[in-house]
Amino acid sequence: MKQHLISLYSIIRKELIRIFRIWIQTLVPPVITLTLYFIIFGSFIGSQLKNIGDYSYMSFIAPGLIMMSVITNSYANTVSSFFSAKFQRNIEELLVSPTPNWVIVLGYVCGGMARGISVGFLVSLVSLIFVRLPIHNLPVAVLFVFLTSFVFSLAGMINGIFAKKFDDISIVPTFVITPLTYLGGVFYSISLLPHFWQTVSRANPIVYMINGFRYGFLGTSDINVWVGLTMLIFFSVALFSANLILLKKGVGTRS
Amino acid sequence: MKALEINDLHKIYRSGFKALNGVFLDVQEGDFFGLLGPNGAGKTTTIGIITSLITKSRGQVEVFGIDIDRDFPAAKKLIGVVPQEYNFSIFEKVLDIVTQQAGYYGLSRDVARKNAEKYLRKLGLWDKRYTAARELSGGMKRRLMIARGLVHEPRLLILDEPTAGVDVELRRGMWDFLLELSRQGRTIILTTHYLEEAEQLCDRIAIINHGKIIENTGKKDLLRQLDRETFVLECANSVDHVESVDGIEFKKLDETTLEVTKTKACSINSIFSYLESKDIVIESMRNKTNRLEELFMELVER
Ligand SMILES: Nc1ncnc2c1ncn2[C@@H]1O[C@H](COP(=O)(O)OP(=O)(O)OP(=O)(O)O)[C@@H](O)[C@H]1O
Ligand SMILES: [Mg+2]
Repeated sequence: MKQHLISLYSIIRKELIRIFRIWIQTLVPPVITLTLYFIIFGSFIGSQLKNIGDYSYMSFIAPGLIMMSVITNSYANTVSSFFSAKFQRNIEELLVSPTPNWVIVLGYVCGGMARGISVGFLVSLVSLIFVRLPIHNLPVAVLFVFLTSFVFSLAGMINGIFAKKFDDISIVPTFVITPLTYLGGVFYSISLLPHFWQTVSRANPIVYMINGFRYGFLGTSDINVWVGLTMLIFFSVALFSANLILLKKGVGTRS
Repeated sequence: MKALEINDLHKIYRSGFKALNGVFLDVQEGDFFGLLGPNGAGKTTTIGIITSLITKSRGQVEVFGIDIDRDFPAAKKLIGVVPQEYNFSIFEKVLDIVTQQAGYYGLSRDVARKNAEKYLRKLGLWDKRYTAARELSGGMKRRLMIARGLVHEPRLLILDEPTAGVDVELRRGMWDFLLELSRQGRTIILTTHYLEEAEQLCDRIAIINHGKIIENTGKKDLLRQLDRETFVLECANSVDHVESVDGIEFKKLDETTLEVTKTKACSINSIFSYLESKDIVIESMRNKTNRLEELFMELVER
């Protein structure tokens, strides 16, 4: 077990070095983008909009924007780090070692979470310039952020395992994650939608993540927080298992 | 004890290509073992299977008595591998690459640092420890991979063409280094295209071709099999065509150079006396090719 912990630590250390080595690509862009969102949607447009529930538009979208950055960055980190390790073949360093697959998955996922949550934290700091968010239930907010980051890091890893060329690492983020996030209630409350679209939105897992996180701050949510939590736990288990199966079968890693 | 035992190993790639067709191999602990074969023979495939990078289609592999199907992690701990192609992240620093590899084998940070320093110093890379791998020269990259392969002190070290693209001086340095490792009792398996290298280093040699071992003996036995030897003679004056005689064949290469091939039964003395009788004065003489190379060609073309 001690041996596995050392392996795990080594992978995490490598991932952290990578994140900070290319901080211009990993940490700065999301903060700039999200600052722009705050300025444009929060200040410029938001000031023209009426409140959602009891909250100003700015405080309504702030948790969603933070969560959006956590989602994209967790995913981006594992997919690009794992794909690059395959591309440069240094993944072989791990494959030839006795490190078990669950440690490999956990190591990369911790790297994804480190970036996702760091960016989330930086974006939260930026949000303080624009809005003072109340804190309704901190543990719920923290739990949602951790689980969401975990789930998207796992998903990014699966993408990294399958990716064969550089284009493959941006297909899912562009065509799946970004649309689902934008439609996931970052900018609006799904309760404002027509009944039909509300039902459709409930099929979007990101709705649950964003609302759960927002609940932690504002105490309001379009969905039941427990359902959101159950869903996240389900995805965590399912995606972790999927990663293990893919690595065991050697998909994308062993010929 | 056997360091490695391979029985009836087959590999069919997804493309349908049969790279290994029943490889049998035994390597005793302490051996310095050479695995030779032309391009595409299946050397890297065999090593890939032993180190888990390639899945086998059929057959059995045991490392120090541990069947890889039963306990691959335990087997992997005993193996260190230096691959044919660069497989480190070019952005990472030399020291990080080596210590992190030690970490993957579960070595504590102290031991990892100590071993990394030991091997980076021995391989002349300690001064480059904070350099990103992409800034190393080709020879340094090879040595980096050797240090990385040794950092967990494996009992079996497998090197896939470690001296490809390394200059002569550095190659000799590497040979000394590998011989020292071997003297310390480490089992070494090496593939190479430089037959001189195998002849210098290895005490046992196997030859693989088309995914099958076609020869596996001690180096001396292998060389004893070699029936013919070729020399190149530089003559003091220009020579005409020299008639071949029983057991000795002559070939004129240029005005003053003769190539002579003799069978084992013939002595070198008889060549000299024959040439003396023809009034040919020999200034110098050298082996034409590496002897192993000749044997190699004979076996592969069989
Ligand atoms: N991933 C792969 N898919 C299909 N065929 C492969 C694959 N890898 C290797 N081969 C084929 O298997 C055969 C053996 O390759 P291998 O790399 O084991 O040769 P080798 O003996 O190491 O050659 P070299 O001396 O050139 O390194 C070759 O014909 C090669 O084309
Ligand atoms: Mg090869």
